[in-house]
Amino acid sequence: MIRRGLLIGALAALMLAGTQAKSETLRWSSVGDVATLDPAAHNETFTNNLHLHVYDSLVRRDRNMKIEPALATSWERIGADRWRFKLRRGVTFHEGEPFNADDVVASVARMLDPGSRGAGNFPSIARAEKFDDFTVDLVLKGPYPLLLNDLCWLSIMSKPWMEKHDSLKPGNIAKNVTTYASTHANGTGPFIVESYQPDSKTVFVSNKKWWDKPTHNLTRIEFRPIKSDATRVAALLSGELDLVAPAPLQDLDRISATQGFKVVQEPSFRLIFLGLNWRPELLAMPGQKNPLLDLKVRQGLWHAIDIETIQKRIMRGKAKATGTLVAPQIAGYDPKLSVPYGYDPEKAKKLLSDAGFAKGFKIDLNCSNDRFIADEQLCVAIGSMWAKVGVEANVKTETRAAFFPRVDRGETDAYLYGWANLPAMDSISVISVVLASRKDAYGGNNPNGLSNARIDEIARAAAVELDEDKRIKLLQEALKIARDQVSIIPLHLQPVAWAMRSNLDVPQFPDEYVRLWFANLKK
Amino acid sequence: MLRTLISRTGQTLLVLLAVSAIAFVTFRYVGDPVQLMVREDASFAEKERLREQLGLNQPVYVQYGRFISRVVCGDLGISYRNQRPVRDMLTERLPATLELVFVATVLALGIGIPLGIYSAIRRDGALARLLQLLSLIGMSTPAFVVGILLILVFSVHLKLLPSFGRGETVQVGWWSTGLLTASGWRSIILPAISLALYQLTLIMRLVRSEMIDVLSTDYIRYARARGLPRPYIHFKLALRNALMPAITVTGLQIGSLIAFAIVTETVFQWPGMGLLFIQAVTFVDLSVMAAYLLLVGLIFVIINIVVDILYVMLDPRLRGSAA
Repeated sequence: MIRRGLLIGALAALMLAGTQAKSETLRWSSVGDVATLDPAAHNETFTNNLHLHVYDSLVRRDRNMKIEPALATSWERIGADRWRFKLRRGVTFHEGEPFNADDVVASVARMLDPGSRGAGNFPSIARAEKFDDFTVDLVLKGPYPLLLNDLCWLSIMSKPWMEKHDSLKPGNIAKNVTTYASTHANGTGPFIVESYQPDSKTVFVSNKKWWDKPTHNLTRIEFRPIKSDATRVAALLSGELDLVAPAPLQDLDRISATQGFKVVQEPSFRLIFLGLNWRPELLAMPGQKNPLLDLKVRQGLWHAIDIETIQKRIMRGKAKATGTLVAPQIAGYDPKLSVPYGYDPEKAKKLLSDAGFAKGFKIDLNCSNDRFIADEQLCVAIGSMWAKVGVEANVKTETRAAFFPRVDRGETDAYLYGWANLPAMDSISVISVVLASRKDAYGGNNPNGLSNARIDEIARAAAVELDEDKRIKLLQEALKIARDQVSIIPLHLQPVAWAMRSNLDVPQFPDEYVRLWFANLKK
Repeated sequence: MLRTLISRTGQTLLVLLAVSAIAFVTFRYVGDPVQLMVREDASFAEKERLREQLGLNQPVYVQYGRFISRVVCGDLGISYRNQRPVRDMLTERLPATLELVFVATVLALGIGIPLGIYSAIRRDGALARLLQLLSLIGMSTPAFVVGILLILVFSVHLKLLPSFGRGETVQVGWWSTGLLTASGWRSIILPAISLALYQLTLIMRLVRSEMIDVLSTDYIRYARARGLPRPYIHFKLALRNALMPAITVTGLQIGSLIAFAIVTETVFQWPGMGLLFIQAVTFVDLSVMAAYLLLVGLIFVIINIVVDILYVMLDPRLRGSAA
């Protein structure tokens, strides 16, 4: 009798333990897998996102996207080009190595190595210097206001671990070198990589020795990438997953109508806009003057877009129409600029005829069909809206691998593009990369001759302005010029949508990052 | 026999050279890998530097020559995206694809041949006619539709089988197998059915028409007249002759199954070579794409050779003229 009681008790305990462990395992799926576990060997937002669960940085974004201390506890600028960081004591890496200044110096050097894919994300840093065991100086190439924004993404690795596995330098495809760090990870972050099977499963377990007090209740994360949208949604509904992020837009209604599941969504940072051709001729009309060089024509094209209908019919009310180039949370946002030019086909026609194009003109409109939400439908819709005011748009859609090089070569008249101002989360990104003319490090995504002397000036001034108020004023001025001049035509901030089981509680962020150290699974 | 093998090996090398050359020429239309490798706001100079490092600024024939000389030394290069040796990535994925294709082929043969025989013997029966109709549907439904339907029925509604992945796998040397665990078998059922369906219907129809042909020949009629037992006539005399084309087709189809597996693997997130290839295309990962095409070409050629040998073994008439 006693034995049977014991047995039942043991069984019950076992079952209880089983269910408990299960309820704290979060099974998460996304469309693509992490490219590598090596922080310096990639340039992908999603890969970076996953790394944040394993690797900490000196500073990080809190729940409200504000910068807060992480592996650094405090910092000060001790010269125009030198910052001093006090490091957190008592932190250990997943494999037990204590954290100190040597790790920071080695991690920075590794990230800035010529073979590193991520080096471009840290343009201002010259090097890191150890001051004492828990103090590090970052030496900059010049005055730079956004150092902390950048540092949120600089993963700190363990120097002894890198030495042990011959990984002090990142892998280099050109030299046929790969490293241990591309398939193994050892950070100080909230989760530890338990196993990594590319394209099938990456398992994380909670880091019991994390320096921060966890606000999540997960013991384990199973990350299962699923490329096919339909399968990913089916796997959620069949109970094989807890979280699908991002979730395909066309399935959101079906998911939220299913009992036990919910959809969470909000506009992201990513602005969808139309870029324009500023060269002397349009590709669609060789030999003739480019109509887009006339401000009235650009205003007309903006007024001809029925943004309300686009929001209702194509974006299903999930996006946020905007008249400016940055999201409200981004430094430099000016609410006065946020209303789009209203839909007014009569006014559009009048502007076009004032400019001498009463009979309209021809223009190429290029789009990707697999990069932005509903990109192809957006282009087709805009093409037909322009047709109503007499502008004959030749809509061409293609896969992103072909589309982006075409845009970069300047082989477009108008093109649908997206810009999220990530990772810096600052207007300087769109101003210096999309609006500034292409010269030196500026205008990397301004392939079609857009040029405004004042914007070029601001892009250079704001990049080194250390007085935050003055800097914001400069950014806002540039964004106002871009709107008044219709440098590009902003459409909306595209939504980020996640689908999950009802018992999962995880905050959503407009940078589209999944931060599972804020996640809670309820019983 | 030996002479055949030697000449076949020569042909194989030629085919592989041709496959990889065509692949290299088409790569330039796939897109620009550099564009997808650098960050969004990279400057022009940054992109050019990377292009130069990767040797992508050189003419196609130079790139091709370098590729071939590396492959000859057994080096398939490093993935642009994952920065891992392509050889490791392929050997990781090969077992998944081969197991899927193997199970699908067994399904196709195991179900297709009996159904084909049945519908040949009872060719006017109601069930045989229904099978004919179903086989038409099976042949004309695209693999991804079948896959999604199977997932909706068996995973979402009945909650019987997993909708994606390979389940638990066991490592046997470098080979990871899902065929030794219960969850592995549960996981392979749906993708294998979806991959096998086309081949199954093909085999069934082929066996049926061949059987009908053979059954109407004189020697079968004579055997019947002699009063030989029916099973002996059908299976010993007729089937053996009817199977020849079925085996050729099955053999050749294994190659296409590996190629078709791209679709099935994408739908079921089956971590095989097809999924790897699709990801590589998305990211214009040229080194992975080139290696995959080369490998699939090699598999095709090997299968052809094996089928030729099987032919000789099955058909005594070919033995004399084999060389």
